[in-house]
Amino acid sequence: MKTSRWLPLAAFFALAVLLAAGVWMSRKPDRDALPSPLIGKPAPAFALSVLHEPQRTVTLADLKGQPFLLNVWGSWCVECRVEHPVLTRFAESRRVRVIGYNWKDEPADALRWLEQFGNPFWLVLADVDGRSAIDWGIYGAPETFLVDRNGVVQWKHVGPLSDEIIAKELMPALQKSEGSR
Amino acid sequence: MRLLLALLLCIASCSVFAQANQQADATPLQFRDAAEETRFHALASELRCVMCQNQSLADSNALIALQLRREVLELMRDGRSDGEIKDYLVQRYGEFVLYQPKVEGRTWLLWLGPALLLLAGAGVVVAIVRKRKPQALPADDGQEW
Repeated sequence: MKTSRWLPLAAFFALAVLLAAGVWMSRKPDRDALPSPLIGKPAPAFALSVLHEPQRTVTLADLKGQPFLLNVWGSWCVECRVEHPVLTRFAESRRVRVIGYNWKDEPADALRWLEQFGNPFWLVLADVDGRSAIDWGIYGAPETFLVDRNGVVQWKHVGPLSDEIIAKELMPALQKSEGSR
Repeated sequence: MRLLLALLLCIASCSVFAQANQQADATPLQFRDAAEETRFHALASELRCVMCQNQSLADSNALIALQLRREVLELMRDGRSDGEIKDYLVQRYGEFVLYQPKVEGRTWLLWLGPALLLLAGAGVVVAIVRKRKPQALPADDGQEW
């Protein structure tokens, strides 16, 4: 019977295609990064104190009106040091406000870290106990969110930023969110 | 020794991307009664740790898991149901936190795939058996054994 001869071959090729698709779909180096369910949704409300002025509290409403980039970092975070020069270059371009989200850190350590490496941030929010970070779905540092002028999360990146990611992902997302006013 | 090994493995699997080591409050969770403890462990074993992605929330030593365990216990004490707590985490961290994804348009293949494969296998068996049928039984040669 002819069928019985090509059937195993067909099954083999079907399996090969399935496995190749699996490899192809996991080609991205950051495949472990979780896609944020917040994209396209309003950013979670928060009220956090400012690292440099602990008595001052900033809420999401205070930041609306202009887009901002929220960068999650901590003085304990090694990858944040890798990212720091890239973030500084981007912040110096003054394209958008870059706001630091100091996550689970000792304020004194955070201030010393900024003193040592330079402070690229327009404002640094301090989330010492990490409670608000759960609302943002933050699970590691560095993480970076782009929030548009209406307070809607437009983009998220898990892991350190690079010039390439800024050029290929962040800038288009920023332009798109500004275009759809 | 085993504890050390487990700790090293966890560090190795998590070190790609830094985790909070500040504010580490490692005191074990205090349960009010056995029922609460049982419910908590059942719930935590159904939730996936977002940091060490192959561990459940109950097993992981990552600090975010520690914090999320506290959060889950707090939500339980607020009187939220298991479903509400899962929704709470899914809204923030995505469907990934559930070991058993919901049955919906995107996941039907995941849920029904094994059944479909079983059906396909059954189809193949039926086809083979049908094909054999025309073969006549060997004629009885009448020999006595």
